[in-house]
Amino acid sequence: MKSYHADERGYYGEFGGAFIPEMLYPNCEELRQNYLSIMEEPSFKEEFHQLLKDYVGRPTPLYFAKRLSEKYNTKIYLKREDLCHTGAHKVNNTIGQILMAKKLGKNRIIAETGAGQHGVATATVCALMGIQCVVYMGEIDIARQAPNVARMKMLGAEVRPATSGSKTLKDATNEAIRDWINNPVDTHYIIGSVVGPHPYPDMVARFQSVISEEIKNQLQEKEGRENPDYVVACVGGGSNAAGAYYHYLDVPEVGIIAVEAAGKGVDSGESAATSALGKVGIIHGSKTLLMQTQDGQITEPYSISAGLDYPGVGPMHAHLYASGRGEFISITDDDAMKAGLELCKLEGIIPAIETSHALAIFEDRKFNPDDVVVVNLSGRGDKDLQNYIDYFKL
Amino acid sequence: MNRIKQKLQEDKKILSIYFSAGYPNLDDTVKIIQDLEKSGVDLIEIGLPFSDPLADGPTIQESSTAALKNGMNTSLLFEQLKDIRKTVSIPLILMGYFNPVLQYGVAEFCARCEEIGIDGLILPDLPLDVYKEEYEDIFKKHGLINVFLITPQTSDERIKAIDDASEGFIYMVSSASTTGAKQGFGSEQSDYFNRIASMELNNPQIVGFGISNAETFEQATQKAKGAIIGSAFIKHLTVNGVDGIGDFVKQIR
Repeated sequence: MKSYHADERGYYGEFGGAFIPEMLYPNCEELRQNYLSIMEEPSFKEEFHQLLKDYVGRPTPLYFAKRLSEKYNTKIYLKREDLCHTGAHKVNNTIGQILMAKKLGKNRIIAETGAGQHGVATATVCALMGIQCVVYMGEIDIARQAPNVARMKMLGAEVRPATSGSKTLKDATNEAIRDWINNPVDTHYIIGSVVGPHPYPDMVARFQSVISEEIKNQLQEKEGRENPDYVVACVGGGSNAAGAYYHYLDVPEVGIIAVEAAGKGVDSGESAATSALGKVGIIHGSKTLLMQTQDGQITEPYSISAGLDYPGVGPMHAHLYASGRGEFISITDDDAMKAGLELCKLEGIIPAIETSHALAIFEDRKFNPDDVVVVNLSGRGDKDLQNYIDYFKL
Repeated sequence: MNRIKQKLQEDKKILSIYFSAGYPNLDDTVKIIQDLEKSGVDLIEIGLPFSDPLADGPTIQESSTAALKNGMNTSLLFEQLKDIRKTVSIPLILMGYFNPVLQYGVAEFCARCEEIGIDGLILPDLPLDVYKEEYEDIFKKHGLINVFLITPQTSDERIKAIDDASEGFIYMVSSASTTGAKQGFGSEQSDYFNRIASMELNNPQIVGFGISNAETFEQATQKAKGAIIGSAFIKHLTVNGVDGIGDFVKQIR
């Protein structure tokens, strides 16, 4: 049977692999050789699940959004990742990877961050484990995400500005990779999304797959069936989406909907809609769809949401797009902001702007009244208050 | 015979110089190559600039970014180099990241290299297994040597596999680092240099990363066949432009 999971060499169809310089080969190879067996160890599983339960607060609820459902005349469930400790799904992965790093005997952690959510989630687990933590963050992002920079510092992490290139997420990722090249023995690099060289996309997807595993059980309880008709998630790099889709990837009757950031419009020149605008290429060690010039230079995306502001997309998602397994929709800044505010008013939940993109599809994408549509509510909007304030002049 | 292989047969230590095409000025490429040859350099690595050079330190990042701002791109570089063989006979290698080559089309890229008289490629993020499965035939068809990297962390087993896949030379990265000058080489490097020398590989090794002056060149080439200078030469270009390339080379040997 055709599978939408990674194969042994880390390929999703033609996408994925490990396009890395030799300097990174030993690090990635060590991880590749060990990640599956470590994840299978009973002691690892036990500690991972214990922490997800007692520290992160899992399982997160699957909430039937009654008023939202009424408005759009379909059955909408929200998977409440916004209720995770640190405010988003990111921590599922950082818990997994910090335990992985310990098993591999690493005593120093590096990470990249855009808006700071993954940086905070990494700093959090490093504090929890008493491990040194360095987070790379674009100089421009540091300036516009001051509260998250302060959080990371309070948690004991060192925040290093990435001053190269465009000084945003992709450059922070470059700097983290350079750090790893310079510290190949004692350091583990916690990548925050389903991007990067094999085995990262698969490993991160596995850690995030707790989301779809819980959805299955919770839906069984609420609807008497494990499978929804659709799973909807926003996609930047795509980690929350990978987690929400994971157990449904090879279940053809479950529709997969991926929502990208159109920014000011897909053709405006200020967009992050990678599936629409990207071509096959190599970014951060992975063969995937990415936004680039004709000459193969990686271009700078734009979205109001820092978490979707990435010029590539994880190889799993590139494959979902190319194969037609996933339905890709892009949502503008304006429509996302409107949908975010609507959720506040209808359900009393302030979503992250990333998530607001996923919520915005209901305006145009119609579902049947008895369709069960699960939207992954990947994060809460506290971090975005300033954006909401500025946008709505609150 | 491929010019690189021919050069490697000479009984001398190889001095290879790297620079970013299109830096400091867009049209400096040909002049830099000609002056490097006149100065007695043995091999030239022409850097194809990339927006996200993740194996490079600050100096080459900056020269790459500046070159792109100047307007450098793959087609333009080929255009600048189209008559290069009328004036120089030194072995020429193009070095860059894989994505721009992929976008140009690997087969077209290699064909263009052959037309111009390029002798080899260094694409650090094109992995060994992918090269062998998908691209080796194309490279060979166009007479291009593909140069692989090894580092102090590369296992003996993998070094042997790389040696088997190589023809020409092996690019020996001096330490676990990105490109750029270090404070000389310590005992860790000597151990590594000795270890590789004792493996008696089929291909000679040329050391790169962290070589910036006569002293580090001498240290690096005690066991290895040659050494590569990149960042230090780019710094020279930043200060002096294309003048005094001969003086820079004279300081090295």
